[in-house]
Amino acid sequence: MEMLKGNVAIAEAAIRVGLEAYFGYPITPQTELLEHLSRRMVELDRPFVQAESEVAAINMVYGAACAGVRVMTSSSSPGISLMQEGLSYIAGSDIPCVLVDIMRGGPGLGNILPSQGDYFQITRSAGHGDYRPIVLAPASVQEAIDFTVLAFDLAEKYRHLVIVAADGQIGQMMEPAELPAMRPLRTARPDWALTGKAGREKNVITSIYLKGEEMEAYNQRVQARIATIRTAEQRWVETDTEDADLLVIGFGTAGRVAYSAVEEARAKGLNVGLLRPQSLFPFPTERIAELAQQVSGILVVEMNAGQMLEDVRLAVGTSAPVDFYGRMGGMVPMPDEILTAIEDVYPVAIR
Amino acid sequence: MQHELIFSGFGGQGVMFAGQLLAYAAMDTGYHVTWIPSYGPEMRGGTAHCTVVISDKPIGSPVVRRPQIAIVFNKPSFDKYEPLVRPGGLLVINSSLVDDPVTRERLDVLRIPATQMAEQVGTPRLTNVVLLGALLAERPILPVNALCDALDAHIPAHRRNLLPQNIEAVRRGAAYAGDFETMGIP
Repeated sequence: MEMLKGNVAIAEAAIRVGLEAYFGYPITPQTELLEHLSRRMVELDRPFVQAESEVAAINMVYGAACAGVRVMTSSSSPGISLMQEGLSYIAGSDIPCVLVDIMRGGPGLGNILPSQGDYFQITRSAGHGDYRPIVLAPASVQEAIDFTVLAFDLAEKYRHLVIVAADGQIGQMMEPAELPAMRPLRTARPDWALTGKAGREKNVITSIYLKGEEMEAYNQRVQARIATIRTAEQRWVETDTEDADLLVIGFGTAGRVAYSAVEEARAKGLNVGLLRPQSLFPFPTERIAELAQQVSGILVVEMNAGQMLEDVRLAVGTSAPVDFYGRMGGMVPMPDEILTAIEDVYPVAIR
Repeated sequence: MQHELIFSGFGGQGVMFAGQLLAYAAMDTGYHVTWIPSYGPEMRGGTAHCTVVISDKPIGSPVVRRPQIAIVFNKPSFDKYEPLVRPGGLLVINSSLVDDPVTRERLDVLRIPATQMAEQVGTPRLTNVVLLGALLAERPILPVNALCDALDAHIPAHRRNLLPQNIEAVRRGAAYAGDFETMGIP
């Protein structure tokens, strides 16, 4: 075990899993990630570029990914907004890419405090057009490491955009965690990559299909892939759900603080359980729908105005009442606030 | 068991490092631990704080509203955390910079002139380590020696020359707060 800051842990995990090139631009509360890579990538003789802007960085990532290079970038909320065009081009080109979003308070320039306000932005498309990135949401430094490793594996398995979405608190927190062993760098490039056509047929990577029929056929292939991802890649953890009358749902830091509140509620004799989605897309819809049949009420806790709440409502339908407790603007809910919200909702739940 | 602590003081007083050192010592002793800094709109000369949670089981919330223990390095931190420490908790006060009376009842208070003691060891920058030594002598959530071991294990190579001074600062803080002989400090 090593004591690691979330941002540093993600950076080092990416190196260990074989990150070949990094392009990025500093922004708090993500900067230690780039800072760690600026030292380590150079030590390991791998390309590291601090670009002139997020727009430049994501297009450098696009280029490297087209060449079959294991590549990533990272930023925080306003920087992710700047990257949206490039992200959409990447998604429209069927190339693997890993993006880390250490979310901060917004909208606008906002502040540098922890937030989950980018949920809509990153789970719906993270750019224009019809696609859904895979979105993984760690709640600890260990999960930040594990999901970074997983992100590269999923990105390459599906040739898909994968976003690791953590709030600023995960990025800034230190915890003991285990890093993966150093994997050797890849020597062979994928067969679809742009590596120079000498000795083989020409590869084309593009996101432009001028004919509507071709663009629609492309979209259908993307949607088929997303449907596979939807069934195969849902991830979540549950605590005390077996006999729960009230189900609390939260991800990332909000889910972790909710864990403490659920433990305190249990100590007070309330039958409360917790479900913490680890993948925000695909969302664990079926399991939540199943639990909605069992419980008498659901409380969603987020560090935003209620964004995952909409996915929960889609999953639950009319099976159970869904309540919400949220903090915004960089405020992190304390366990006692969530406990109060649980107690407020609970009598209704068992009515 | 779960211990929740907040370290608070001016930027530059070593508040963040104090929390990290305790976190390292807790990890090396085999506990679960989280360390979270305040990293908002802090400014030079303003106050900064960090929260450390130490537990024998996996930790849920790494943030706490009312800590069991607060270590206050300066007056603004005293003003903020004196009312927030939980009943029966401990307030460790750097009396070199804070001479305010504690008005609350059911609160253990340890006043220690940590900055002066640090100056006697060699530099006021050791204030944080003096306070940590005193804290663990007063509340043995970890052996005082675990701090010295953590310093030895995690101090960066280019700072290694500062190790003897740091260990001396831990010893003096611990000696001020507790019975030096029974703590088994080498």
